[in-house]
Amino acid sequence: MTRKVNLLKNLDWWTIFLYVLLVFLGWINIYAAVYNEEHQSIFDISQRYGKQLMWIGAAFFLAMVILLIEGKFFSAFAYPTYLLMIFLLIAVLIFGREVNGARSWFEIGGIRLQPAEFAKFATCLAISRYISQFNFKIHKFKSLFISGVILFTPAVLIILQRDAGSALVYIVFILVLYREGLSGVALFVGVLAAVLFIITLLMPELYVLLIILAFAFISLKFIGTRWKQVGIGVTAILIGFALVWGVVQVMELKLSAYTILNLSIALNFIPFLYYIYKERLKHAIWVLLIAVGSLFFTFSVSYLFENILESHQQERINDLLGIESDPSGAGYNVAQSKIAIGSGGFAGKGFLNGTQTKFKFVPEQSTDFIFCTVGEEWGFVGSTAVLIFLMSLIIRLLFLAERQRSPFSRIYGYGVACILFFHLAINVGMTIGLAPVIGIPLPFFSYGGSSLWAFTILLFVFLRLDANRLELLR
Amino acid sequence: MNNFSNRKYIIGGIFILVVLIFIIRLFNLQIIDDTYKLSAENNSQRQVTQYPARGLIYDRNGKLLVYNQAAYDLMLIPKQLDVFDTTDFCQLLGIEKLELIKGIAKAKRYSYRKASIFLKQLSSERYAVLQEKLYKYPGFFVQTRTLRKYPLNSAAHALGYLREVTNQEINSDPYFRQGDYIGKSGIERMYEKELRGEKGVKIYWVDVFNRIKGSFRDGKFDKQAVSGKNLHSSLDIDLQQYGELLMQNKKGGIVAIEPQTGEILAKISSPGYDPEMFVGRAMNKNYQMMVQNDSLKPLFDRTMLALYPPGSIFKLVNGLVALQEGVISPSTRFECQHGYHAGNFTMKCHAHSSPLDLRQAVQQSCNAYFANVFRYTLESPKFGSVQNGYTKWRQHVISFGFGDKLGVDIQNEKSGSIPTNEYYQNKYRTNWRALNAISLAIGQGELQITPMQMANMVAAIANKGYYYIPHIVKGVGEDNYLDNKYLEKHYTTVDSSHFTPIIDGMEMVVSGGAGSTGTLAAVKDIRVCGKTGTVQNSDEADHSVFVAFAPRENPKIAIVVYVENGVWGGRYGAPISGLMIEKYLKGEIAESKKWIEKRMLEADLINQVAAPSPGVVE
Repeated sequence: MTRKVNLLKNLDWWTIFLYVLLVFLGWINIYAAVYNEEHQSIFDISQRYGKQLMWIGAAFFLAMVILLIEGKFFSAFAYPTYLLMIFLLIAVLIFGREVNGARSWFEIGGIRLQPAEFAKFATCLAISRYISQFNFKIHKFKSLFISGVILFTPAVLIILQRDAGSALVYIVFILVLYREGLSGVALFVGVLAAVLFIITLLMPELYVLLIILAFAFISLKFIGTRWKQVGIGVTAILIGFALVWGVVQVMELKLSAYTILNLSIALNFIPFLYYIYKERLKHAIWVLLIAVGSLFFTFSVSYLFENILESHQQERINDLLGIESDPSGAGYNVAQSKIAIGSGGFAGKGFLNGTQTKFKFVPEQSTDFIFCTVGEEWGFVGSTAVLIFLMSLIIRLLFLAERQRSPFSRIYGYGVACILFFHLAINVGMTIGLAPVIGIPLPFFSYGGSSLWAFTILLFVFLRLDANRLELLR
Repeated sequence: MNNFSNRKYIIGGIFILVVLIFIIRLFNLQIIDDTYKLSAENNSQRQVTQYPARGLIYDRNGKLLVYNQAAYDLMLIPKQLDVFDTTDFCQLLGIEKLELIKGIAKAKRYSYRKASIFLKQLSSERYAVLQEKLYKYPGFFVQTRTLRKYPLNSAAHALGYLREVTNQEINSDPYFRQGDYIGKSGIERMYEKELRGEKGVKIYWVDVFNRIKGSFRDGKFDKQAVSGKNLHSSLDIDLQQYGELLMQNKKGGIVAIEPQTGEILAKISSPGYDPEMFVGRAMNKNYQMMVQNDSLKPLFDRTMLALYPPGSIFKLVNGLVALQEGVISPSTRFECQHGYHAGNFTMKCHAHSSPLDLRQAVQQSCNAYFANVFRYTLESPKFGSVQNGYTKWRQHVISFGFGDKLGVDIQNEKSGSIPTNEYYQNKYRTNWRALNAISLAIGQGELQITPMQMANMVAAIANKGYYYIPHIVKGVGEDNYLDNKYLEKHYTTVDSSHFTPIIDGMEMVVSGGAGSTGTLAAVKDIRVCGKTGTVQNSDEADHSVFVAFAPRENPKIAIVVYVENGVWGGRYGAPISGLMIEKYLKGEIAESKKWIEKRMLEADLINQVAAPSPGVVE
């Protein structure tokens, strides 16, 4: 009996309150998104709101079951859970059912489950368990490598299901690693990669190259290289360019300025290394390596984009970056979504009064674009409130994570917060045109049993761990 | 403890920063930026479907058969309704107040927010008055549609008609919305996809008074309607109308085909109806009337749905099969003693000289001759048994396009039937005798053939052994597209060399002097080849059939005329065929034949006033 009293006392009721509030608001908006006059009973399970109500009930039940499980269980069974999940991800590739081009669903007796949603939970457990091990050293290659394997295995399997959106979530674990001591350089590289990625797609390749060169030389100056030395570098590149250009002219080859400039850089690579060594320019070696690394990165982005991405993914990314803007084509969703949200104004049009949503302008209204309904019917006030509720939940989770005594619980808590944050950022970002259209759900809001259950499990396992926090002595 | 505890501020900071950016963006979208927002009173948009013009239909000479006229549907969105002057409104529309109340209730039942049709097909006068005052009645607006118009009031069966889509059709084809029209028969149905074009949509902002405030986002999301493709029918509308005239007050059908292409020149089912009856608000009433109250079944397409025994015209095929199998030669002669006698069996024939050769037998339509031909074919020793012989015979017959749907580009087509060997084995015994099926020799008995198939047979004979699937559309759209299946030759199993004696006989039917059975089909200066048929009827007068093609060299028209209860082939079939051929090839009827024309026009078989016998011996 005592344990139960303790459990209730130690549970974080703030989080539970926010969870219930968000689930409730989500359901209201699903109701509005699919509302029509003919089906007015909220229990009508032929309608999505009726089904969601069932799933919410099941989610509450799941939450209670999780709270009754001993907290140590989760840490002990982290790896078996993870392995089972990997097995399911493979199985779905073979036996799964294809919906909208993605083979990521199991169908059991009319209910469809999406293992990718639950894989986030399993991976979060496994990575927490791994990092919290005594012999984990963040700077050791082996530790980082195994972390990478734990994170990328499910991601790759999910990409194979053609559900690139759900796979991207695993990127967010870099923040968890950062919290646990990953060098800030990793974050810097991450940001650099994102910037390069965008400019590679936005600009002609020659400009990208020039920008990288310009940045390289400017940063050389900033880290204390003398003007003369920078000048020598620039001159060397120019001479190389002139030489290659001359050869190309003589041999009547058809090469672009971009290729010639690349050849010039390649020619200068060894001389630069030698020069840096001779002049003892310790920091310049990093600049050189980062610049060359960036070049290779932009090559691979171009290659990846042209050859690996599906055409609809290319279009969506292009559209986000303002390339080939076509409001009736790939950009249609986002354009309609922005209109719906924008038309909400300050206070919104009121419950069930959204015209954009009613006339089905916005596709995937109750799943990926549920935020449109919020924006249209509840206006700036409502959408900001929803953002703040979600944000409060996430920050509350950070706070709870920080008060854990066990590293496992702390890391897991960070994992939960980061996953929720990534979903929030991408999902809301895409509806307001700030992120690419990647079909991932808004936590607790979007229609769908799998995602609701997965987020519920994710959250309540952490609450269970948190309720146990006092058992472990510092 | 943990060295990196301070990093929680960086991570938390990133989270909060992103959400702040989102809130700023939302502030911008929802409050600052007007392009996404509407002022409070201007908060409704209307999607107006742009209906494409349906494709026009021309005849083979470019005469317009079907075009579009504007019609105006009054639409209603119940949600936008407000208090209004109902008396004035009812007066404006010419309806009772009860109708108004019912109409609104019906629209609400359909959908509270979506537009539905309140009143169909307002006249343009009413529309003009209404348009001025519509602003007083929020919730109502007018949607323009097109209706069909048939300037020549002809060829109803061939052209078909449009009807409002049913719920089932809406569910099976997402293109359709309530109130749309779909081709229900004839060309309109078969070429529905080509004719209908593609709907567009215009999106407007409308204010609370339902006045259009302008294009939504400068028309960025509008879609232009794409007009349907125009279509050239193969019909010669002059010939068609002339045929309809000749068939007035008679039951039956005419099909005329251009043998060199398979194009249908005329297709008349009588009695027919005026296509205009199926346009507009009167349609349902007229339709009910025709289906329920008209015993003559004007909607029934007798050219393709009526199954008739062919009668003596079938002797042509029997002769050709026998020649192909080598069981007779053109000079083979058979006795005829007022009929064919075998044991107790007798098949009667009319009085004529005897014996006859093949050409004469065709000319004089000798029953005994073809009974012999049929028996010789089935009993030929080279087949081993009558059953094998029959199976071979049936293969030849089917190659003329009998026994199955031809594949005409008009949906409703019956396949007809040529009985199988198994049929006779079930009916008689396993080793049945040729005499059991002897009525097939003269085109009677179990044969079921549509006039379309008969016309196709004549076309195949005119071409000496091949036909194109008859089709009523010459080409669709600007590039005159036509399905490849209509450009393919279908060969009969009879070699072209065997057709000459049969065609000789057919020419003699029309202009062979004494003993000819179809002299009234003759046309001056044109070598017409024909064949009469008289189809026995147990309780009514016999049917009159005539098939013909002309000119003999380089045939331009192949025709069948089937007149129910027309007594015998020479009486109506032959003269009407002759008139049709003359009309098509010469453009007008010679003075010397006006008496025949007059007699045919005046004949009224439906009210049982038979024309006097023209006094020609069959």
